[in-house]
Amino acid sequence: MNFWQFMLQNSGQVLEQTLEHLWLVGVSTVLAVLIGIPLGILITRLPKLNKPVLGAANVIQTIPSLALFGFLLPAPWIGTRADRLAILALTLYALLPMIRNTYVGIQGVDRAVVEAGRGMGMTDRQLLFQVELPLAIGVIIAGVRVATVISVGLATIAAAIGAGGLGEFIFRGLAMVNNAVILAGAIPAALLALAADFGFGWLEKRLQPS
Amino acid sequence: MNDPNLDGVAIQFRDVSFRPVDNREILRDLNLEIRRGETLVLLGRSGSGKTTTLKLINRLLDPTEGTVLVDGRPTTAWDVSRLRRMIGYVIQEVGLFPHFTVERNIALVPRIENWPTERIQKRVHELLQLVGLDAQLLSRYPRELSGGQRQRVGVARALAADPPFLLMDEPFGALDPITRTELQREFLSLQERLQKTVVFVTHDMREALSLGTRIALLEAGRLVTVDAPDQFLNSTNPLVVAYVDAFRTDVRTSHHRGTS
Ligand SMILES: Nc1ncnc2c1ncn2[C@@H]1O[C@H](COP(=O)(O)OP(=O)(O)OP(=O)(O)O)[C@@H](O)[C@H]1O
Ligand SMILES: [Mg+2]
Repeated sequence: MNFWQFMLQNSGQVLEQTLEHLWLVGVSTVLAVLIGIPLGILITRLPKLNKPVLGAANVIQTIPSLALFGFLLPAPWIGTRADRLAILALTLYALLPMIRNTYVGIQGVDRAVVEAGRGMGMTDRQLLFQVELPLAIGVIIAGVRVATVISVGLATIAAAIGAGGLGEFIFRGLAMVNNAVILAGAIPAALLALAADFGFGWLEKRLQPS
Repeated sequence: MNDPNLDGVAIQFRDVSFRPVDNREILRDLNLEIRRGETLVLLGRSGSGKTTTLKLINRLLDPTEGTVLVDGRPTTAWDVSRLRRMIGYVIQEVGLFPHFTVERNIALVPRIENWPTERIQKRVHELLQLVGLDAQLLSRYPRELSGGQRQRVGVARALAADPPFLLMDEPFGALDPITRTELQREFLSLQERLQKTVVFVTHDMREALSLGTRIALLEAGRLVTVDAPDQFLNSTNPLVVAYVDAFRTDVRTSHHRGTS
């Protein structure tokens, strides 16, 4: 049976796994944005936290993904459900690009512009929301883009702990030594990654001022 | 008791020193009074501490020693946003917001002060007239302006909420001599009408002489003298003489170059 035949006969399941994959990536990315961007902002305000926070995020990135899934297994509430566990792991991996790009983006805003704003009596809040974030948004979105693309790939491994997603086909295909089944997981995953890359790339250009 | 009309002193430096963390002294024992309604020019060469002096007034920096008083109250005792909003600030690098149109740049302070929209619009148009800018520039972004237009927008932005104080850090730097002279002339007529308390930074003595009510010369973080322009020219202080001489030589050589 070749790839196309497999896809046609299992289109329902391919769709289901794709949606599951999207769910894992989507939820973890949203969580990483909600945690990572505020953390990135925080370390621009409290430079003392800069090294420990970026260092911790960096260390997480270096843990092999299978090992990270394993480490999280004993965690209460999280460890009891494979999808929660996968989402937590993916969130942790996505944190570094999110934090780092937010930090770098804000630090990269022209110092003279920030000083002018402060000198004219803007509060820290006003500076952040009216000046720093709008000017850093391109770099921040670039972080989301990188994180999402990495996440789409990593999420295939979530199938190893039974969290579903497109990795199901890949692992099954490997076990069956059947390339068609592997490709049924790998090709949609690659397309998702490309789509995310393209979509966020477009957004980055749209939102970047000047 | 802080009635501003009771005394002529608007800003006062009392024994002010400024040392950043690395302990190098940038300003030392600065004592200086700036009178209400005057244009005090801070003159000095690059690195002499002019910008630092300005930033001590609007509290972008705090003195390491001594006190800076604005309207008789130490800058450290003011609510910092309130203090800054009554001090217009034209920074050396212009620092317009690149993602705001000219209109929003000028309206910055009125907006954060929550003025009603019609009042802001009216004010923006007044300011355009005041600094000599065409209304069709309002919808442009800073990158679409010439250097001179940007400087004018910077001045308009500083004047927007009609602050009684104005700090201008080389506002006409990096302009061709003709545009520079034109802006200086406009500044003089503006100041005649508005009567703000202005601290004006420059390293150009010609500019200092034509704009200043008094000139304060800074050298390596110390105040050399404060004098009215004609006294300044006739000063016997060696540091002033050196500055004046350098300027005269400069005028003479450029004159020679011009005629030969
Ligand atoms: N934040 C800072 N930390 C350490 N040193 C500083 C800081 N800001 C300025 N300096 C140093 O303090 C000195 C005075 O700087 P300042 O900017 O006040 O000079 P200036 O008179 O405005 O010079 P210019 O005409 O070039 O603008 C310089 O030697 C400068 O390198
Ligand atoms: Mg300076």
